[in-house]
Amino acid sequence: MTEKVLTKNISKVNDTTPIDKYEASEGYLGLRKALKSMAPAECLSEVKNSKLRGRGGAGFPTGTKWSFVPKNEDCLPGHKYLICNADEMEPGTFKDRLLMEQDPHQLIEGMILSAYTIGADVAYIFIRGEYRLAIQRLNEAIKECYNSGYLGRNILGSAFSLEMYVHPSAGRYICGEETALINALEGKRANPRAKPPFPQVSGLWGRPTIVNNVETLCNIPHIIHKGAEWFKTLGVGEDSGTKLFGVSGRVKNPGCWELPMGTPIRQILENYADGMQTGLNFKGLLPGGGSTDFLIESHLDLPMDYNVIGAAGSRMGTGTMIVLDDQSCPVGMVLNLIRFFAQESCGFCTPCRDGLPWTRQVLEDLENGKGSEEDLETLAYQVKYIGTPGNTHCALAPGAMEPLQSAMKYFYEDFKDHVTLGRCPYEIDGVH
Amino acid sequence: MIDNIIQSETASTLTSEELQLINLELSHVPQKSGAAIDALKIVQAKRGWVSDECLIAIAKLLEMSAEELEGIATFYNLIFRRPVGDKVILFCDSVSCWLCGCENQKHKLSEILKIDYGETTKDNQFTLLPVPCLGACDKAPVMMVGDDLFTNLNSSKLEQIIAYYRKEGEK
Repeated sequence: MTEKVLTKNISKVNDTTPIDKYEASEGYLGLRKALKSMAPAECLSEVKNSKLRGRGGAGFPTGTKWSFVPKNEDCLPGHKYLICNADEMEPGTFKDRLLMEQDPHQLIEGMILSAYTIGADVAYIFIRGEYRLAIQRLNEAIKECYNSGYLGRNILGSAFSLEMYVHPSAGRYICGEETALINALEGKRANPRAKPPFPQVSGLWGRPTIVNNVETLCNIPHIIHKGAEWFKTLGVGEDSGTKLFGVSGRVKNPGCWELPMGTPIRQILENYADGMQTGLNFKGLLPGGGSTDFLIESHLDLPMDYNVIGAAGSRMGTGTMIVLDDQSCPVGMVLNLIRFFAQESCGFCTPCRDGLPWTRQVLEDLENGKGSEEDLETLAYQVKYIGTPGNTHCALAPGAMEPLQSAMKYFYEDFKDHVTLGRCPYEIDGVH
Repeated sequence: MIDNIIQSETASTLTSEELQLINLELSHVPQKSGAAIDALKIVQAKRGWVSDECLIAIAKLLEMSAEELEGIATFYNLIFRRPVGDKVILFCDSVSCWLCGCENQKHKLSEILKIDYGETTKDNQFTLLPVPCLGACDKAPVMMVGDDLFTNLNSSKLEQIIAYYRKEGEK
């Protein structure tokens, strides 16, 4: 049985974990330990040694990111900020909601420890506005923390002080991009910023800022409390720790489970999601949200590790898989995704603003039986032009091309059938 | 002094409660425009949407042009620049819900409410909007009605949900 770390207070009943219950299950012990006996530099090296990688999708090493924040003597006096990216909007991703709704204190402790490590005195939880229950429970938990001396001036009698705010987003996928998120927090349109300067040096209001995903921050209390060496033993592959893996689509038991890093895809699909629904066969999956490349049957024995999934031509992303069955149209699925990305483009860069609606139109034509051979060439061209990083400011457009390019690679026959048949082959009596 | 004049000008449009809440937001941003999104949300909270008059009043208060604030207001999905019904229905149309047949459920819902996306029912009770992935993909298809999340939608469930809110609305 896998050791439950992040989800030990989480059950099927959607209850929150109040502060007394959280404290009774080793809660705030990591914070007490750090404030009593660890300098921020020691916390940083513990996180670095743990080899924790960002759980938001990019998999960047957390300790390395933190180490880019200038020390107090190297920057002008003023605030430093820690921002929790809780803007979970990647299609098919449903893991951070669980962590915030059912164990808000774990995230808050992780944020207090992270702020202590990087020297931040103000922390924001940037959460999507639709997560009403999570917003309510986080606000309640923050109030409990102020009353118990975990937040505010001189936390637990130490010299460290921290203010924490929940900031519900006004809604837009691009807010999940860290520099766009910072613009949204500053009250502006959420257009991504040019990098450099990186937010670690010049972020919110031009001050050093760290943006971390919810799940990443939830790991911190455990790493500080039990140590980097223990954390490394949790993974069964090359990455350390556990991970929330999810499966959605037409499987028997869709859900989200905490498993060791490096758990093989097949094990997650068969042992946890219980395989495909009766009458359906597996066709492919997006391993970590809507902006990751398809993987197929031959990839199922791969472990869910960042580098392994990367080497297979995809990305582990958020670790929440979307399964395509053999009776759903791959062109239709990609069209659904491209529609989303075209709508959510912030409109700043031409390839994204104009290229994505164009791609959507071509796919719509294909799906409606009005496609041609030439359209398939156009799609191949779009994948190359829009998908090349550097043609656009941020990763939205290249991310949008990932499911399309891999669908064209693995399911090309399906695309061709739409042209030759003059209709969607998955249509039954004109209905999808 | 100038602040006082602006406040008295906008006071007729914005309520004193709204002004108080916006001023609170202003107290922890380094520049006034930093409170733009929060101010829009404060005004929308009670009124349901942000009218032209309110938008101009907020812009004055935050020392921004109305055009700049409009650029911000129209950027975000959850700021409404047109009137909406008592309950806004956010219907997830993203990939996991699509795989689980949300298009059929959307047709059913449109049939029950007699409206399409972007429209409000005649009795002003519901506005139907599509929304990107609601992060409940293991329970697809899903939607929100007001603050409440509904999962594993099917035809009879949709009937029940709408009937419930119609009854609530009559109270």
